[in-house]
Amino acid sequence: MIGKRPGHASKPSGATFPDQRRTSKPPPQNAVKRKPPNRLRSEPPPRKSTGGAQISKVKTSTRFRAWRRHHASMAADSLKRLLKAPGSSLMTWAVIAIALSLPVALYIFLNNAQLVSSNWDGTAQISLYLKSEVSDVEGRDLRQELQMQDDIAETRYMSKDQTLAEFKEFSGFGEALNYLDGNPLPAVIVVRPNINGIEAQEALVATLNDLPQVEEAQLDLAWVKRLFHIMELGQRMITALGLLLGLAVLLVVGNTIRLAIENRRQEIVVIKLIGATNAFVRRPFLYTGLWYGLGGGILAWILINTSLFWLDGPVRSLASAYASDFSLIGLSLRDSLLLLVSGTLLGWLGAWIAVGRHLGAIEPR
Amino acid sequence: MIQFSNVFKRYENGHEALQNVNFTLHEGEMAFLTGHSGAGKSTLLKLIMRMEVATRGQVMIDGLHLAQMSKRHIPFLRRKVGVVFQDHQLLFDRSVFDNVALPLVIEGMDPTDIGKRVRAALDKVGLLSKEKFTPIMLSGGEQQRVGIARAVVNKPPILLADEPTGNLDPQLSAEIMQLFRQFNAVGVTVLIASHDLNLITRMGLRMLALSEGSITHDGVPR
Repeated sequence: MIGKRPGHASKPSGATFPDQRRTSKPPPQNAVKRKPPNRLRSEPPPRKSTGGAQISKVKTSTRFRAWRRHHASMAADSLKRLLKAPGSSLMTWAVIAIALSLPVALYIFLNNAQLVSSNWDGTAQISLYLKSEVSDVEGRDLRQELQMQDDIAETRYMSKDQTLAEFKEFSGFGEALNYLDGNPLPAVIVVRPNINGIEAQEALVATLNDLPQVEEAQLDLAWVKRLFHIMELGQRMITALGLLLGLAVLLVVGNTIRLAIENRRQEIVVIKLIGATNAFVRRPFLYTGLWYGLGGGILAWILINTSLFWLDGPVRSLASAYASDFSLIGLSLRDSLLLLVSGTLLGWLGAWIAVGRHLGAIEPR
Repeated sequence: MIQFSNVFKRYENGHEALQNVNFTLHEGEMAFLTGHSGAGKSTLLKLIMRMEVATRGQVMIDGLHLAQMSKRHIPFLRRKVGVVFQDHQLLFDRSVFDNVALPLVIEGMDPTDIGKRVRAALDKVGLLSKEKFTPIMLSGGEQQRVGIARAVVNKPPILLADEPTGNLDPQLSAEIMQLFRQFNAVGVTVLIASHDLNLITRMGLRMLALSEGSITHDGVPR
């Protein structure tokens, strides 16, 4: 029995351990009554059995069921453990929730800002200063022509007299202008483009600039550009903040799991001694991390929606003061799911890291 | 079932725990391992459970070469070796039933079968009425018997016991030894580390005596 070469012996018999137990040994009461030879004789066959495939088929399915059962029971058990100590669990959940909700809040803010700015985008206008030799009629014709273009939403013609009147009214130099002989101001066509994006608008300005009647086309780009850059900055900040706080979640969960492992050291030693695999030992801790992450995600979702609800009133009154019906856009279903899933994944990952670092060190001595 | 050939064990601090240990315990055999504390009994048991690895020589358990065994396979070796620990190693945060059920849960047995097996094992050690107790509510002897029930509940082919009667009075010790004999009678290979020479002599079984890491006696004591 022990004369085999070890290299050959170790693998096949390793694979047959569970079979032996299940197929060859009767329950204890019977076992006492039955004679030992019975057991001795019945032990070898499964090992050399040619019907091994059949046995292992049964084994695989029962093993899978056992594996699923253990997952379910560990998931329930680890959740119960968390709920048993609601105070400390809630603290961990709160820390994770705050860490998750910060980047999400920034994301919502940016989303809303984008929405507001897209409303404003239409007012980005191009002023076409016409050459002084272009007559009033020619100017109006040009306006008609431009109005037909697809990439232009609206045009407005202002004659030299109109621009002068407007200038007098808004500039405060009204009286001084009376001393000028003649009107130095050009006629203007104000164009509101029908296209978005700075580059497209700049291209439009360039074509308009090339028109023979136009002295100069000017797009009021400065604020659009600034806004665009601020948005880009905001997006980068969300990414950076998200990464940083995601890392914080990992560390928080990792540290909490490390404490949990430390608290259950004795239990880990014992179950390792009686034949628990590493996966078995790991499982409850991974589920604990998963619950921390999911709980944190749910709490973050609640925090964010409460804040939005709280802010909605003031935002509405502010918007109505600007004669707008703008209201805050919250988390969509997709965003909410993404928040919960990333919370859960982060918790699970944090647990993996802690388990990988600390579980190996706990070996029975 | 258990075979040691030229086994040496030296700890990292230089302590030579075992020196040239040779013995074979056949399937269905029962033997005692004795010697003063520090003679190497615990080390020998740890080698069988693969808690330690021999520095030199071969330890074979049921045809498995332990030195070459990958870490992945250690749990499966331990499922073949039921161990009764000197300090019981029970979990105090759960009931007697759950303690005994642990090896079966680890194996992934069906819960209904687990119930039957655990109750059979508890019945065997006379603790069926206390399955809902936690170990802390039990006496030392009862805790020891819970440990025994846990060691045999998954019917391992090998049963090791480290000073199972260490803190028990003679009558309880005799009862526990009787239990081990019963397991042996159904074919379990049993190795018991004990320094209770009176008890060992009375049992009239094979005895391996260790002294300073070497086997000084192997046979039935007179």
